Amino acid sequence: MGPFGYLFVWFTLLLALCLQVMPLPDAWLVWRPDWLGVLLAYWCVATPQRVGVLHGFVLGLMLDLIEGAPLGQNALVLSLLAYLFLLLYQRFRVYSIWQQAVLVFILLGIAQLVEQWLRTIFGPISVSLEFLLPALIGGLLWPWLFTMMQVVRRRLGIG
Amino acid sequence: MGVRPIKPLFSYGPIPTYRMLLCAVLAFGLMFAEHRFSAVETARSHLTTVVAPIQWLVALPSEGVRWSAMAISDQQALIDENGRLREQLLTLSNRVQRMASLTAENIHLRELLNAPNPADVPYITAELLSLDSDPFTQQMVINRGRRDSVYIGQPVMDASGLIGQVVSVSAYTSRVLMVADANHAVPVEINRNGLRFIAQGTGQLDTLNIPSVPATADIREGDLLVTSGLGGRFPQGYPVARVDEVKRESSQAFMEVSAEPIAQPERSRYFLLLFPPERPEVKLDGPERMARQVVWPGDPAHPDANRISEEALTAALMLQSTEQE
Repeated sequence: MGPFGYLFVWFTLLLALCLQVMPLPDAWLVWRPDWLGVLLAYWCVATPQRVGVLHGFVLGLMLDLIEGAPLGQNALVLSLLAYLFLLLYQRFRVYSIWQQAVLVFILLGIAQLVEQWLRTIFGPISVSLEFLLPALIGGLLWPWLFTMMQVVRRRLGIG
Repeated sequence: MGVRPIKPLFSYGPIPTYRMLLCAVLAFGLMFAEHRFSAVETARSHLTTVVAPIQWLVALPSEGVRWSAMAISDQQALIDENGRLREQLLTLSNRVQRMASLTAENIHLRELLNAPNPADVPYITAELLSLDSDPFTQQMVINRGRRDSVYIGQPVMDASGLIGQVVSVSAYTSRVLMVADANHAVPVEINRNGLRFIAQGTGQLDTLNIPSVPATADIREGDLLVTSGLGGRFPQGYPVARVDEVKRESSQAFMEVSAEPIAQPERSRYFLLLFPPERPEVKLDGPERMARQVVWPGDPAHPDANRISEEALTAALMLQSTEQE
């Protein structure tokens, strides 16, 4: 993957970051898919040698700064997410697309759970099972995103 | 010139356990350092300036929608709105006129009682950049920062009441924690009888919780809660919430009271950042203080509330000289 490919990776990741922090009406917030998590997962699965834990860390740090969360909270969550996907990326190559989606849901769910734990450490919050919705929608989006990104990647000749 | 190696079916990437450990240690280090050391706070405020472009970028679509809604709204709607605003302006300026005379009267009465006059609170306006993108906290970002001498802990108002306080400041933006956030509490008193309580956020935008209200306290549904000024962070007398539920149980020593915030963070776009005086610092002399007080902050006729108006000063001086005679 040349410098152009690397630029493209960062472009898509920053785009996902923008979608992640795009202002929405209050009632819609819990329905927002975990854009950043899903896209990071895609790049970890597609190019595990290039994209990994450190990418997650840097993006998480940026998310912390934008959201005003304690510094390091999202950094830890996203680097953990990247780590989990790097451990399991070989399975993705043999799974069917819907099996992949289920695995994505489970891993995103684990990441969201860790995030909720970190939140409860740093202050009182109201906890409900709603925090799993972004992971669920992220999992449902996976087949579409995966197919689209594969096509785009092939067109641009990246990877 | 060798044989091209066959691309392996499974490419073995590095198992990044060490990197993960490094990141985890770094992240935990950062989280605890932020709790302990103020240096992290300053570092954060500089770093936030780096991501400010992203904050501007994501605010663009809603700005665009607002702009295009204005561009395509028809003339009649604009005329109607203009009429409504004029009416409102008339009502408000009428109120301001009465306010000026009442303020003057209040000062006279306070002087008779030898009570100190409360100082005016200067302010700057700010515009909403984004409400928080996180469903579990109640925060927002506004377009004023260190350049406008915004500071951490600064009270923020909208047109109707207290919104919250500034919790972090970067060069051009700052983050406001709203009164409804579960991490926020504000000392309040009942406007009707001066009973003092604490209003705690619940995480729901439309509910505050008033803990530790004795069962015998005189508190009713509909009571207005204003800032009590205790704690020294919020100036006294700004509306915070209206009591909407009082649950009395005879067996309990305390009542369950909840209140609805008066400020409307979902609807307001413009806010006031107050600069309350630290303490009653300098003891101004009677006439000068009077002259300062005659101009009510926010009075459209006196946009610069800090400047002493000449008429008021001469009026005050004349008043003093007649008193001396």
